[in-house]
Amino acid sequence: MIKISRAKLTDGRVVDIDIENKVITKLQTSTGKPTADAIDAGSKLLLPGLVDLHTHLREPGREDSETILTGSKAAVAGGFTAVSAMANTNPVADNAGVVEQIYRLGKEAGLIDVQPIGAVTQGLNGEKLSEMGAMADSIAKVRIFSDDGECVSDPLIMRRALEYVKIFNGIIAQHAQEPRLTVNAQMNEGIVSARIGLPGWPAVAEEAIIARDILLAEHVQSRLHICHLTTAGGVELIRWAKARGIQVTAEVTPHHLLLTDDLVENYDPIFKVNPPLRTQKDVMALREGLAEGVIDIVATDHAPHPAEDKDCEFHAGACGMLGLETALSIVVKTMVQSNLMSWADLVNRMSITPAKIAGYKSQGQDIAIGMPANLILIDQEKSWKVDKNLMKSKSKNTPFHGTELPAVVTDVFHEGEQVMKNGEILDKGTSQNE
Amino acid sequence: MISGHLLSAEDLTKESALGLLATAKELAAITDGPNKKLPTLRGKSIVNLFFEDSTRTRISFESAAKRLSADVINFSAKGSSVSKGESLKDTAQTLQAIGADAVVIRHSASGAAKRLADTHWIQAAVINAGDGTHEHPTQALLDAFTIKQHLRSSENDLTGVRILIVGDILHSRVARSNVILLTKLGATVTLVAPPTLLPVGVSNWPVEISYDFDKEIANCDVVMMLRIQLERMNDSFFPSAQEYSKRYGLNSSRLRKLSKSAIVMHPGPMNRGLEISAESADDLKSVIIDQVKNGVAIRMAVLYELLGGAPIGAQR
Ligand SMILES: [Zn+2]
Repeated sequence: MIKISRAKLTDGRVVDIDIENKVITKLQTSTGKPTADAIDAGSKLLLPGLVDLHTHLREPGREDSETILTGSKAAVAGGFTAVSAMANTNPVADNAGVVEQIYRLGKEAGLIDVQPIGAVTQGLNGEKLSEMGAMADSIAKVRIFSDDGECVSDPLIMRRALEYVKIFNGIIAQHAQEPRLTVNAQMNEGIVSARIGLPGWPAVAEEAIIARDILLAEHVQSRLHICHLTTAGGVELIRWAKARGIQVTAEVTPHHLLLTDDLVENYDPIFKVNPPLRTQKDVMALREGLAEGVIDIVATDHAPHPAEDKDCEFHAGACGMLGLETALSIVVKTMVQSNLMSWADLVNRMSITPAKIAGYKSQGQDIAIGMPANLILIDQEKSWKVDKNLMKSKSKNTPFHGTELPAVVTDVFHEGEQVMKNGEILDKGTSQNE
Repeated sequence: MISGHLLSAEDLTKESALGLLATAKELAAITDGPNKKLPTLRGKSIVNLFFEDSTRTRISFESAAKRLSADVINFSAKGSSVSKGESLKDTAQTLQAIGADAVVIRHSASGAAKRLADTHWIQAAVINAGDGTHEHPTQALLDAFTIKQHLRSSENDLTGVRILIVGDILHSRVARSNVILLTKLGATVTLVAPPTLLPVGVSNWPVEISYDFDKEIANCDVVMMLRIQLERMNDSFFPSAQEYSKRYGLNSSRLRKLSKSAIVMHPGPMNRGLEISAESADDLKSVIIDQVKNGVAIRMAVLYELLGGAPIGAQR
């Protein structure tokens, strides 16, 4: 049994809880004094574990940049108790065999729930549907399908995919990028790209696909999820679709809530990401959209890359940034400290709603008796300085190196077991590949 | 005097640019005389690092370096794919080991020169000889030199000079550097191009924009034609070479509309018959050959200032 005393909930209550057999067995108002043999939370916040619907764990195929074990550790360090692993591995997660392998490796790592996402099309080639039914029926019970990294750009394939996943109440997560409008694209198309001479990646390339796909989702009455929204125009389209009752959800990444395209000015590929960093106007629209709930969730798009893929000229650099370990702090900085959202809203956008979209029953639940004990403790008074050399991820490509950020995740409980204690990940003695 | 690197025309102030033009003029006067060579940079190694073919630019830098008695190493890395990003870093580290004092770099990736200067790959002075679709600052300097030579020899800057830059602005490093430098020197710049060949963010530039060459041509002192890459046609930037040439080419009828004192420029290499007719290229108004000649003088001045040559007077 694990006891936690003096934990503060987002509604202001301070409680003592007991955890037994993966669930919360007791919850009562704290006397104000620490209980004997309990973990004393002091004034720390107790939240349900965070859930990330967009993580690149790189295994199988690119174990030089991340493995399911190192990615799980990064997730724990960031306060996540569940992540959805994107399908663009090598081999691609486009069949039951690969998704079951990822699922099993996640179980072996044993730190969080690792739930594979299946590819929409075979080999992410955008041409033929992958066996989504077989992936849905596998032990991994896949429900989210995405070709992320690539856009399902053929409108007919997208229509068929949206229709087909209705069989098992699946959802298509679209990486919205019109390929013809982004040939050789390197950064947001605008004032900065004109000046520094990098080929532009126009907002319309993202918005055109979003517009098309919400209309397709309406037509076939299916569920659509838009990955990493980055433009003010995209927020407007989602708002419009929701007002029409279309079943669309959308995510925003922490980096798109904070960083802007002028950072690319020095051509450092650490700021190269797909979709690209946009303008301050877009950043403000994304924050408002998230606060309002037009954007449903925050998702990290955690994308580890080895050093050599960033230590080069901008054109040659790989797209993507680490996200798991800094996500919570960036959302606190951009949304909570700016008074756009409360901590309860943060829990909604980073735990409750993502779990709902994905159908993760044991995640994103209320903190109450009988509920699954996927929980985290956060010291909201403390801040920390991001050091790329101290990341739990196998890679170092964070754009926030050297930045002071608010809120420190101190303790993480997964299925009733403590997996992080005072910032230290508890070694489970696994022999698995790092 | 300039110091450090020359990566962008933004690195120059009006004063430092005018200083470079004056240095170039002085160096040209000396090396045009009986002693073609100055000992100034004896013992210095200058590497021409060309990831893209450009015989003209390379020869110009090579000739400038040799007239200052520097050792020149030509490193042609053409064919190294930019998708294999290590190559620039690896090459830079090799050059560092060799002990290069300056690297003149031409690369197809915008920002390649800046990366070379910002990273710890190499310590040498970096001179941008054209990076992707970004900048080509020595071209802008030689253009300013040529304009001054023909139109403003007695005055300091280019105040009041009206300049048209015509053609593929979107992909042109020559246009970017020239817009920055020429406006800094007081000139008025109008960009003439079809909308497909203008960057979306051009509204922020200190220039006028026109789609109509015929409307602008009578009211300028300089018309600078840019090279059109034929592959732009296949990418539907314009319907056909004929249509482009008709609307945006400098043909004989447009040549006749130019004012009496106006000059015609082109950074080369020219597509005769596409953006410029043979007649225009060879007309008395054309200063294209002067541009080539002045290129050597400008590059001497840049190398001279960056590598810390002794005061010019002491060389005589
Ligand atoms: Zn994506």
